This record gives sequence, C-alpha cells and structure tokens, in this order.
Amino acid sequence: MAINSFYSEILTEHNVHPEHKFDLGDSTIVLEGVNPSCGDDIFLKLKLDGDVIADGAFIGDGCAISQASADIMLSMVIGMKKDEALAMAARFKSMIHGEATPEDIEALQEAAALQDISHMPARVKCAMLGWRTLREALDPDSDEDDE
Amino acid sequence: MAKDVMEYRKDFPLLMNDTSAYIDNAATSQRPQCVLDAELKFYMEQNANPLRGSYPLGVAATEVYEDSRKVVKEFINASSTKEIIFTRNTSESINVVAYSYALDNVKEGDEILVSIMEHHSNLLPWQMVADRTGARLKFIECDRDDASVDLNKVEELITERTKIVAITQVSNVLGRENPVRAIADLAHAKGAVILVDGAQSTPHMAVDVQALDADFFVFSGHKLMGPMGIGVLYGKKKLLKNMQPFLRGGEMIDSVQRESAKFAELPHKFEAGTVNAAGAAGLAAAIKYIQSIGFEYMQERELMLTTRAMEGIKKIPHVKVFGSDKPEEHTGIVTFAVDDVHPHDVSEILASDGVDCRAGHHCAQPLLQYLGVNSTTRASFMFYNTEDEVDRFLKSLATIRERMGYGN
Repeated sequence: MAINSFYSEILTEHNVHPEHKFDLGDSTIVLEGVNPSCGDDIFLKLKLDGDVIADGAFIGDGCAISQASADIMLSMVIGMKKDEALAMAARFKSMIHGEATPEDIEALQEAAALQDISHMPARVKCAMLGWRTLREALDPDSDEDDE
Repeated sequence: MAKDVMEYRKDFPLLMNDTSAYIDNAATSQRPQCVLDAELKFYMEQNANPLRGSYPLGVAATEVYEDSRKVVKEFINASSTKEIIFTRNTSESINVVAYSYALDNVKEGDEILVSIMEHHSNLLPWQMVADRTGARLKFIECDRDDASVDLNKVEELITERTKIVAITQVSNVLGRENPVRAIADLAHAKGAVILVDGAQSTPHMAVDVQALDADFFVFSGHKLMGPMGIGVLYGKKKLLKNMQPFLRGGEMIDSVQRESAKFAELPHKFEAGTVNAAGAAGLAAAIKYIQSIGFEYMQERELMLTTRAMEGIKKIPHVKVFGSDKPEEHTGIVTFAVDDVHPHDVSEILASDGVDCRAGHHCAQPLLQYLGVNSTTRASFMFYNTEDEVDRFLKSLATIRERMGYGN
C-alpha cells in the first residue's frame, strides 16, 4: 500500500506548519467539530463579511490528516462566497468517497493531495472533519449525511 | 519441553496466511485451529438446542455445553459449575452484576469504588448504578509513572458506605497487575463486595478466583484465543442465588404460570434464551490449548518480547512508554506516544510497514485524561509473536517522526 507516499510533503507541511491554525479574535461564527472515536477535536472560526468568508482559522487537536485537511481547506475558502465554499465542500466529499470527476480534482487544487483517503476508510472522518464543520457552520439547516 | 514458537504459530491459520505483524492482542487475540474446529464440530456433529431435547443429539449438545462449563470452572478454580455463567463478553458479565446485584444492594449515600484504569466496560455500568441509586462513584488513582496502586490509599477510600469495589486485574493500557487479593481483603473488611475484571489477565496468567477471594470475576473468550461472542461471569454462589435474573425468557425457568414464574437453578437462571453452545465449546478448546502450552512458557515469551520492545524504544528519541519501566510489570502491553505525532498517524505508518497496532483511547478515556494525553498507540504481545515482529515494529517506529516532517 502506498501510504509512505500518502503522508506527502503537502500534508506534513500543512500539519507541522499550519498557516491557519490560530485563534481568530474577530470571528463571527465558531463551530466545534469532533470525531469521538479518534479524539479529533477542532474549533472552526470564520469571519463573514456579508456573503463572503473574509477570514478563517481553526484551533484544536487531532491527527495529521484532520489538521492538514482543515488548514488546506481554509487556505482555499478564505475569500470565497458561502455558496462557492459549500460547492467546494461537496466536491471534496465526493473525492473522499472516490466519486470525483477529473474536474472536481482539478478544482480542489491542494486538497486533492488527500484523494488517496478514498482507499483508507478508517481515515475518511479525519479528512472530512474540517469540511463537515464548514458545511455545518455555513448551512446549519442542511440535513445532508456526514459520512 | 515446550516447542519452538514457530511450531505453535502453525496452529494459527491467520498467522500463517497473513504477512503483517499482529501486535494488537490486547484488543483481541488470534485463534488456533483447535478452537475453530471445536466450533465447527458443534454445528456439524452436535447441533441441537442444549438443555432441551431428550433425543441423543439434544443430549450431546447439552454435554458439550456443560462440559465447557466444567473446563471454565477448573480454569479459574471456582468451587462449583453453578458459579459459572456464560455471557457474550466481559461487558455483558459486568452489566449482569450492575443490574441484578448493584441496583438491589446499593442505596443513596452508598459508595462504589472503581479504579482510574478501568476499561469503559467496568466504568459505565457503575456510572449507571450511581445515577439511578444516588450512590457516589469514587476512584482509586494509580501512580502516573509506574502505574502502581497504593494500598494505603485504597484502604482510606473504602469506607463503611462502600458497597462495591470494581477493579481490573490488569490494565489494558498500562499492563500492570493490580494487587486484587489485598484490595479484596480491604473491601471485605468493610462489608463490600469486589468485582475483578479479568479480561486482560486471563490470557496471560493463571487465575484462582478462590485465592483472589473475588466475589465476581469476569472475562471474555476472544482475548484468550477463544471465539468472539462468549464470555464468563463467575460469582460466589451465595451472591448469585439472591440475585434477580438479568434477562428473562426461555430456558431460565422451572415453571411459568399466567402471571408469575419460578426461575431455574444456577447457573441457568442467568442464561435466558438459546445459548452460544458452539462458542462455549470454542472457549473450552482455547483453555485446553493454553493448558497444553502452559502459562510458564507463554509468560517467558511475552516477557522476552516486551523487554525487546521496551529496550528498543529506549533507543528511539522522542518516544515515551507509559507505565512502569520494568517489562515484567507490563503483561505484554506497551503503550507509547511519539512526540508531536498523533497516534492515528503512528498506527497508519506502522500499518503501511505491515505492523498492526491500535491507536486511540483504548476504551479508557478517564485514564488517558488522568495521564494527560488524548490518545496513545499500543503494541500488545501474545506468546506467538516473534522477535522478528518486534524488530519490524521498532524499525518502522524509528522512522515515523522523519516521515511526518520532523527533523528527528
């Protein structure tokens, strides 16, 4: 199995030196995301300016996959409109479930580094944590299934 | 003269078919062919509903089931087969005691004493009892460094109000054996009963429930090379006799009228419904397998493997082992943390190198909170593991920080 290459430089760099892991003081939305079985636990903090994610950050603990995925996500969605970010979350979810089109993968940019998760069922929740929390934060009424 | 370990490994079909190093034995062990054969034989040659039919097959099924009970009785040296109740697993056994003993014997203001090392299965039932009765749940805390329990502190914690002491014989995280006989004496001196969780001890050491003076003793088949889905509740006869049944229904009665029923004698009072007779046969086969090898040989091997792992880890920077620094105080369990690397990433990398370890909270979250960590990685050995498997584990472990983007 190609897990040696799975912990790629992109992933380890976002885990060891995250750009967006800090406490965002002037956030307008704060939502906790937890994976009870692994103990991954983050707080996603977003600052919305009208319909636009003006800034975002996260704090918390978890495995490299959960932390790097959340960091990559924030680097992508800051500056996006809410519906653009939600569309990106949907693309990410389909990639993690092995259902993404080449266009999805292309659009997911750095987040595509996590596409091999689709072969690692035990780690799907870790990769999804940040994105799931983002969706819940932006669209609290969605009753979409998490996994 | 015991056989070479490679000979014993041939008894395990999975170990022969799988190339990974399986060192997650504290979660569940592997099963030898004789256990699989015993289960298959039941269904192929002896299958009828035990304790019912009087035709030859029904008698054969009953015999298999009741003979298995005798094997378990001898294994833990109970004084009678009436004291051996088959359950699904350790969790179910503890729930029987919680619902059928504790709820009737614990009152508001009473105390239940558990240790901080308990598996959730020996904690959540007592939380339930405390919630429903208004009793107080108290904790024996172990030494954070060497995992030992201070008997003087235990003595202070057990009061006239203590009704139940529930403690594991061996911690599934730290591996240290607790002085349960001494704790039983302290409990009895104050009139409390003691439940000993033997899930992690029975696969690794001879247990004598009478010598331990345990009032209740519980364990699972699957950790000692038996099948999943069969467990044991031992209880002293005088206690079991006065307890209400846990489950009510088929085969646990003497007679039933429209509005009442007379329950069957022990142990059947606690075995409602069709039983797991094939599982019981498999458990008996596992016990006989252990007896054919002997704990002496198994312990010698497990200590050697544990020592090799702990000595090897000492040479790897940034890896810390939890619990005692003496391998003989680990019962084959080595729980560790790698600085800055989350245990799930540790186990993922080990898995990529063909080493099967468990990461997480090991169903002992209060213990991990007490030790100040969210989760850990655990290697746990059985006599059938090899030096080569330990070395593969150590070799992979030594590369993890670098592979995760840390200098060393």
